[in-house]
Amino acid sequence: MTRSEPLMEAAGVGHIYAGGQVGCEDVSFRLYPGEVLGIVGESGSGKSTLLSCLAGALEPSSGQVKFDVGRQGLRDVFQLSEPERRLLMRTEWGIVRQNPRDGLRMSVSAGGNVGERLMAVGERHYGQIRDQALDWLGRVEIAADRVDHLPRTFSGGMQQRVQIARILVSRPRLVFMDEPTGGLDVSVQARLLDLLRGLVRDLGVAAVVVTHDLAVVRLLSDRLMVMRHGRVVEHGLTDRVLDDPQHPYSQLLVSSVLQA
Amino acid sequence: MTAPITAGDAFHSIDGSYNFAYLDEQTKRMIRRTLLKAIAIPGYQAPFGGREMPMAYGWGTGGIQVTASIIGVDDCLKVIDQGADDTTNAVSIRRFFKRVAGVAVTEATAEATIIQTRHRIPEAPLTEDQIIVYQVPQPEPLRKLEPREAETRKMHAYSEYGLMHVKLYEDIARHGEITTTYDYPVEVNARHVMAPSPIPKFDNPKMQMMPALQLFGAGREKRIYAIPPYTQVRSLDFDDHPFAVQTFDTPCGLCDATGVFLDEVILDDKGDHMFVCSDSDHCKGRRQAGHVGPRAAAAARLGFPGSAGDGA
Repeated sequence: MTRSEPLMEAAGVGHIYAGGQVGCEDVSFRLYPGEVLGIVGESGSGKSTLLSCLAGALEPSSGQVKFDVGRQGLRDVFQLSEPERRLLMRTEWGIVRQNPRDGLRMSVSAGGNVGERLMAVGERHYGQIRDQALDWLGRVEIAADRVDHLPRTFSGGMQQRVQIARILVSRPRLVFMDEPTGGLDVSVQARLLDLLRGLVRDLGVAAVVVTHDLAVVRLLSDRLMVMRHGRVVEHGLTDRVLDDPQHPYSQLLVSSVLQA
Repeated sequence: MTAPITAGDAFHSIDGSYNFAYLDEQTKRMIRRTLLKAIAIPGYQAPFGGREMPMAYGWGTGGIQVTASIIGVDDCLKVIDQGADDTTNAVSIRRFFKRVAGVAVTEATAEATIIQTRHRIPEAPLTEDQIIVYQVPQPEPLRKLEPREAETRKMHAYSEYGLMHVKLYEDIARHGEITTTYDYPVEVNARHVMAPSPIPKFDNPKMQMMPALQLFGAGREKRIYAIPPYTQVRSLDFDDHPFAVQTFDTPCGLCDATGVFLDEVILDDKGDHMFVCSDSDHCKGRRQAGHVGPRAAAAARLGFPGSAGDGA
């Protein structure tokens, strides 16, 4: 894996909501192709605000988010025109939502959900769209005979996997995950994580994973940022941060997890 | 449409209680401005300040406002409802304009200068001298898939129309073919995707390069859109599932016409039925020209409207 050019660069990203409420402050990092960055912190620590800023959904009130758009190199995401940014969001990026209802079209079959991004970039051959949808549903371990079923007939774990297939079908370079295992029971969580880890490694997709679950970042991420009160309090390799936390808050966070 | 009528003309309808064509002149101006904008951007849904009309939404309030804004004293109006000139909606709208504008009305497609329609485009080809006004219940083709208006506007603005194909995909996945048979989405002027109003997809090819101006009015949604004469109108499809219109195995039971859109009519309570032209004017014209369909005798026996047995 080449580590020459970063895929994404955040420089002093901060967002203050109207009314003065601080969402996040002065967050800087570089994300390289194929790398998985974990962001942990307690509720209200600014994780989701930061993710929204990074994913182009919320314009930060300070700082810049840059993304490698190909030939032009790193470009400020919020300087791109809106159609350019939307194109980026549905081809090169993907967001796995905590609640699959936010990330899926619940009235459209699983196959249609997976095929949507293909059709959005101009694929107009039904047979090919369907073949690709079947292929991707297979990769996330959904049986081929469920391809025409509506997502609401699926279990929570399956919905989450359809959501992942729907995003990966466009071969994105960067995936944002907001609590990807939230609301799933432990055994389903473990399988989903296993699947995600395999897919991320196989495809070389870079990812930003926001979670409060340290087990998730332990399994998935290469590097870890610990956030508190909107600021990054500690940043380093995942194993280093989890095994040898330096900041008092990181120490508290790590020690709060029950060792089963 | 001849000499423009201005407010200064103080033109009055025949019963004197209403302004010419019901709407006040300022409202007509506003609608005409919207029409010009809509014609300038084919397929774009231009918002307009829709007025309350003396009838319920869903009865053609959008189409009537468009017609009222473009009609002139010398115009000849035809109103179609489901292809027929003699059904409730058609009769009452025709009577409305007769009363508030005093214009000539007709059932003959060729005689009309303005054709207001619901659910059909006439079988007879339209000419450059005609305007067809469609009544539109839901102007937004993406609405069923994307409920947010702010989002659909952006999708139109940026030509993000992948979602429209998701709908067609769902049809094929569930039924093996595209089962959307009416209000079949079209791409206008290689730019905007547009709902052609609930006409059968059989009529979609007639919109392609039509010599007549096509205007669409949606009263409840307060949107107007248009297709100028001789504009490219393409029905959306997949490469391996190309667009195709409905076909019929039998000719019209009354006039023997083929290649036209047919309605099924139940003849008795024993399951006997026949297919007849949906376009009643087209059917009448053919029967007057001497064409006799295979079920003409049966229809006459039952006193079917328009058949030889019809007392009228």
